[in-house]
Amino acid sequence: MPLYHDDDQAMLAETASQFMGEEGAIAKQLRHWRDRDCKDGFGHGLWEQFGEMGFTGILVGEDDGGLGMGHVEAGIVLEEIGRNLTPSPFLTSSVLAATALNHGSDDVKGRYLPGLIEGKSVFAVAIDEGAKHRPETIACKAERSGNGFKLTGKKDFVVHGASADMLVVAARTSGSDSDEDGLTLFAVPKDAANMSHDAVRLVDSSIATHTSFDGVELDGDAVIGEVDNGRSILNAMLDAGRVGSAAEGVGVARGAMDMTVDYLKQRKQFGKHIGEFQALQHRAAHLYSEVEIARAAVIKAQQLLDGGSERASLMASVAKAKVAKTAGLAVREGVQMHGGIGMTDEYDIGLYMKRDRALQEFLGDAYYHANRVAELSGY
Amino acid sequence: MSDLESFRSETRAWLEANCPAEMREPVRDDADVYWGGRNATFKNDAQKAWFEACRDKGYTVPAWPKEYGGAGLSPAEAKVLREEMAAIGARPPLSSFGIWMLGPALLHFGTEGQKQRFLNEIARGEIRWCQGYSEPGSGSDLVSLQTYGEDKDDHWVVNGQKVWTSYADKADWIFCLVRTDKNDKYRGITFMLFDMASEGVSTKPILLISGSSPFCETFFDDVSVPKSYGEDVPAYVGEVNRGWDVAKYLLGHEREMISGADGGNTATIGAAMSRNAGELDPIMRAELAMFDVDALAYAAMGEKFLDEIKVGKAHPAQPNMMKYAGTELNKRRHELIMSAGGSTALEWESEETSGGKPARNWLRTKANSIEGGTSEVMLNVISKRILELPGG
Repeated sequence: MPLYHDDDQAMLAETASQFMGEEGAIAKQLRHWRDRDCKDGFGHGLWEQFGEMGFTGILVGEDDGGLGMGHVEAGIVLEEIGRNLTPSPFLTSSVLAATALNHGSDDVKGRYLPGLIEGKSVFAVAIDEGAKHRPETIACKAERSGNGFKLTGKKDFVVHGASADMLVVAARTSGSDSDEDGLTLFAVPKDAANMSHDAVRLVDSSIATHTSFDGVELDGDAVIGEVDNGRSILNAMLDAGRVGSAAEGVGVARGAMDMTVDYLKQRKQFGKHIGEFQALQHRAAHLYSEVEIARAAVIKAQQLLDGGSERASLMASVAKAKVAKTAGLAVREGVQMHGGIGMTDEYDIGLYMKRDRALQEFLGDAYYHANRVAELSGY
Repeated sequence: MSDLESFRSETRAWLEANCPAEMREPVRDDADVYWGGRNATFKNDAQKAWFEACRDKGYTVPAWPKEYGGAGLSPAEAKVLREEMAAIGARPPLSSFGIWMLGPALLHFGTEGQKQRFLNEIARGEIRWCQGYSEPGSGSDLVSLQTYGEDKDDHWVVNGQKVWTSYADKADWIFCLVRTDKNDKYRGITFMLFDMASEGVSTKPILLISGSSPFCETFFDDVSVPKSYGEDVPAYVGEVNRGWDVAKYLLGHEREMISGADGGNTATIGAAMSRNAGELDPIMRAELAMFDVDALAYAAMGEKFLDEIKVGKAHPAQPNMMKYAGTELNKRRHELIMSAGGSTALEWESEETSGGKPARNWLRTKANSIEGGTSEVMLNVISKRILELPGG
């Protein structure tokens, strides 16, 4: 498969680019909701529009009412989300939760997928139990109780946790905290008793929660997949999320770079355009190279994931790590090259820096994923 | 079975029958590479047999048309051949600047007479070519070159000096940029072809920091270059005074080659280094992991670049980006190899290091970001032609 978009994908990219540029634009969404101190951090109206456009069900099978497309297509939408800094539950709901739900029973799918496809339901995933992403260790416990389970523990950095209709929770049903086995995924409904959310606004003005489960009672049918065999679904979900967030990161990097290159062509100092200075030209050209390479890594990872390749997981971490470094470079160069104006809230370049910071941390930063590349390579 | 599948099985059978076992070993030193030419000698019978089999089949230049010594393979067939050769680790039957550089220029700009003569000679390994571009004082700024060909009606008298002419001391002919009009910087250069045995041509090897090198200085002292070698065989490619167009076209090819877009220098090194060095320092391991991330990402870019070139989707200046990123990555690779090797990697002549390979390779890579246009020149091109930043 060639490493560029085929005709159908190119058409989707054009549609997504136009839609996100108009409906998902910074002024219309990110600034709008931020300035109103929106408790969700995104607009539900836009999410329903995502449903009308068919974006919500890209990764859901056709038998379940979705489009049955792949990670390349999901990535196309995510890149445009990144470029426009569009706040939406697409990554948590349509990529992460949808991947988990695709592994669920017909019953679980029937309960949750229609709402997702319509853009009415919002899902969150509860994985991390600390400030850094460490999915190898899960301490949250689900003990058998009657016909179901009783969930106890705490999760951090649950993006959209408070506004989600359902949370996919990774919990331990047997074994010790760092065991591969003994993990189970649960679909925990919003109104479950004894669940509490401590919502915090993050630097990029998204809302995440510290969520506590204090003996949350769950029916047996809340289980996604098999009891004690949740690790493989969790891994599939994480790989989808890694590749998806890398695609969004490429969008952030390109958005910041395009803005900066435009500025270099317009801003005059010392009697000439600052883009005429070789010091800035070389840094811009280096940035361009890094962004192109990061983008190639992402497309490669998407295709491997769609093809079910054994190398997909390695390449997912390569993509996440490469994008984290590249997008970080793009936003830092962006703010610096904009000079004083780059430090003002009025100007958008700083928003890219904030979103990148949150996206880097989500599902593991460059250090985590470079370490994973080393481990998967056997050193 | 599709045509391509049957081509693959035929190719596999042909390689099985014709590629000797000795030619499936990695290239260890320059004697393992066959360069052809008037004075060429084979290292052994296997090298000779492999070269001759490929020559007769058109496989020294598989994608060139049959009438010029190639096999006339389609791009898809050529890819299959490359893959099948790679699968058995087959050495290239013939290496030459004629194949990599002059050939593509002649295919694009040459007259029918030039193609018939020179392409066939190249494909059959009869004439070994070298490239005369750089001059002292004209490195990446090639258009400032000073070597001058004075017009004497039916010939030029060429005077000047070239530098970094790889294997000039072993080459039979040179393709050479010569100024033929001193008044126009760009439109005053002619792309000439002439015999290195001509009176007034001399060469001198250049010793490099790596302790050896294929590079030479080449001197022209009243060299007489005829304007034609026969009917429809001019001694210049393209038009007189328009050699810059040919040179630019060729530099594109050279940059693609050096960038290693074929996957030549994109392998990861962390696992191999940890096997060699045992327990890795944690900071070293982190550097290796970050390098491997970059190498795998660059490998994906190489694949994407080649896919896009095939369908004309790549930006014409994209080879500059590949060259910049690829050569910088390769320098980083060899810094890490030296660090992981420790004091053993410092040994200059020992058996342990096969004669100082790690150190010599490390020093050699420093030229990657200089030769074929420096990294700084690549960045200039990217900023002007791709990002369209202002200024001269």
